[in-house]
Amino acid sequence: MPELFHRKLERSAIGFVLAIIAAASVGGIVEIAPLFTIDETVEEAPDMRVYTPLELAGRNIYVREGCYACHSQMIRTLRDEVERYGPYSLAVESQYDRPMLWGSKRTGPDLARVGGKYSDFWHVAHLINPRDVVPESNMPAYAFLARTELRTSDLKEHLAAQQALGVPYTDEMVANAARDAYGQAFPDSEAASGVSERYGEATQVSAFDGVATRLTEMDALVAYLQVLGRLTDAAFRDTAATEQAPDAED
Amino acid sequence: MIGKLSSTERQYAAVVLVMLAAAGIAMAALGRSDTLGVHGLLVILFAGGLLYPVLSGFYEPEPTEDREASYYDDPIKVGIVLSMAWAVFGMFMGVWVAAQLAWPDLAFDAAWSTFGRLRPTHTSGVIFGFGGNALIATSFHVVQRTSRARLAGQFSPWFVLFGFNLFCVLAVSGYLLGVTQSKEYAEAEWYADLWLVVVWVTYFILFLRTIARRREPHIYVANWYFMAFIVVVAILHIVNNLAVPVSWGHAKSYTIWPGVQDAMVQWWYGHNAVAFFLTAGFLGMLYYYLPVRAQRPIFSYRLSILSFWGITFFYMWAGSHHLHYTALPHWVQTLGMTFSVMLLVPSWASAGNALLTLNGAWHRVRDDATLRFMMAAAVFYGLSTFEGSFMAIRPVNALSHYTDWTVGHVHAGALGWVALITFGSFYTLVPTLWNRERMYSARLVEVHFWLAIAGTLLYVFAMWNSGIIQGLMWRTYTEDGALAYSFVDSLVAMYPYYIARAFGGLLFLIGAVVCCYNIWMTVRSVPLAERRESDVPAAIAVPGE
Repeated sequence: MPELFHRKLERSAIGFVLAIIAAASVGGIVEIAPLFTIDETVEEAPDMRVYTPLELAGRNIYVREGCYACHSQMIRTLRDEVERYGPYSLAVESQYDRPMLWGSKRTGPDLARVGGKYSDFWHVAHLINPRDVVPESNMPAYAFLARTELRTSDLKEHLAAQQALGVPYTDEMVANAARDAYGQAFPDSEAASGVSERYGEATQVSAFDGVATRLTEMDALVAYLQVLGRLTDAAFRDTAATEQAPDAED
Repeated sequence: MIGKLSSTERQYAAVVLVMLAAAGIAMAALGRSDTLGVHGLLVILFAGGLLYPVLSGFYEPEPTEDREASYYDDPIKVGIVLSMAWAVFGMFMGVWVAAQLAWPDLAFDAAWSTFGRLRPTHTSGVIFGFGGNALIATSFHVVQRTSRARLAGQFSPWFVLFGFNLFCVLAVSGYLLGVTQSKEYAEAEWYADLWLVVVWVTYFILFLRTIARRREPHIYVANWYFMAFIVVVAILHIVNNLAVPVSWGHAKSYTIWPGVQDAMVQWWYGHNAVAFFLTAGFLGMLYYYLPVRAQRPIFSYRLSILSFWGITFFYMWAGSHHLHYTALPHWVQTLGMTFSVMLLVPSWASAGNALLTLNGAWHRVRDDATLRFMMAAAVFYGLSTFEGSFMAIRPVNALSHYTDWTVGHVHAGALGWVALITFGSFYTLVPTLWNRERMYSARLVEVHFWLAIAGTLLYVFAMWNSGIIQGLMWRTYTEDGALAYSFVDSLVAMYPYYIARAFGGLLFLIGAVVCCYNIWMTVRSVPLAERRESDVPAAIAVPGE
């Protein structure tokens, strides 16, 4: 008699708690554990690079400002999404993302492949006051980013923490984190060459915020936005989409 | 209140607060060049602010009465006050961010007032500040009355209550400072998360020990739900927040879960925060205050069992319905969808059980706005769980996901179910707890009821319209097979609904302010009721059984 059994169960506080834990654990274990063991969960992408220190700093600003509350970074496997935003997102594209920023709401458009779609100058103008560029926009203005100096002194520790979690940063990348962040935003400086050396020739080195005298949070955020969707070509190779990968040079 | 603690307990309180202040000093020192330092100062202030009353009452005479002969209600009173204060704060932030979506210039030229930083102050403020304090307060009340036993601790209830509020303060102030993990409904950073684990384990032990003291053979159904709420939220919180801080001097951390696994863990947490924080705990309220107010026993014991275990088992599978058509493997999406649909059975069993309990008391529902709050809550619970199961079906989700429909659905549950059941419970509880004859004004309860209903309906209808229009515009094609609308076209179509939504939220906020006034006046000016001799441990009848 299940009812009799339950009458017994509800006489024991410890028994009841153990029953709750047992009932509540099954779903999570069945759905989460295999994601680490089934190989097809995350595709292969040997060409994928890690975020540069400047891009990682930009990503942290994106997190800090809550951009994910209005912008997704996950193109679903639906025709209209692929036609609007590009090839649907693959799991491998966020394999280094801690946390992931797939988002849950599109008050603004998806940003999974926004990298290279607009110029640096457009992004800076748009972030300073979105309504200067898109009059109908309801996005907040982020003018303060352009006047806030980027903190680079601790980037080494950020990369080291990521390295400890398994992101393939080399010791050299960790040691040069601050220098590379500077170099990526100052194309004419000596530090610039180290960025291409460590992160690949395709890495965009540019005075992102248009000001080549100081390194701001605007530099970092624009560098991050410009790399979205461009860490690997996997989505253009391995999916049913017919699109061509954007030329790495532009 | 210090007078009710023995001198040993006062020493405990002082030692714990000094240790907390020391932790704050360590945070301030290690994080002096980081936002962690600001939070260190905040912790010092918080500990100091509480240390003052403890020390100034330190040498007061010890309690002489037999404490075990009465219920411990002081922490519940403070919990209700804190809950209502957070309600006004959280709902105000909600109205502000809603208005920002309609009028984006309603912000200062400063980082803290942008939508992205304010939005989690709203969500955490209402879920944890308002909802969490309400759950702690009502669980303390319900567990004592249904177990006919006093809380199993003198100092630990205060530790749980104030510790939890410290977590809320760290979370909300952190977002304004730019401290966030970006995990939805779990944005607070690693040190606040660690602190919450300490608080939550204390809460669990306190609750379990109180139940162990019960003078009733059976554990009442409301306590099953409170127990599930406490235990499962602990599991969810710990797993979702596993992270490596950048250093001991940094507020920032990186989660151990990468990419797709993080997505699954986040929504396993996110959906079950809805299940075990916003559903299980509030069903605990429903199963006590509704039968008490209606003066009817719970309709069916079997339905209670069915819905309890159904919710506890099924909900944990449902999180992946937030990730339909994404890079999450298809088999997990399908499991999430299947279990979400099955969830309708235990959900409607609960809602039906609540409404059928009102059979024979419908005249009270008509006359008594407090009971009507709870009736409306059960109806909204039934509606929003139906909507949730429906939206979890993959093709429906293709339209609804990423749109305002989701926001509308959440608020049908949060305003219609969670907030209404809380207000109904508070209106039942406040006169009992302060030993008053009644609430100050039954008419103001009535006004609050209609403000809340009007606000909720306005909000939900606005978001249904905007969400469905948005979803349809994104997928509309012209005759030549091109996308008919740009993204901006769909945004422009949203503005009227964003204005309507902000107005709906404003009505709901005004209702909450009316509630605060009514509670305040009840405590201040309603005459004392005659002391009810039955309201002492081991002397009151338990409803429902």
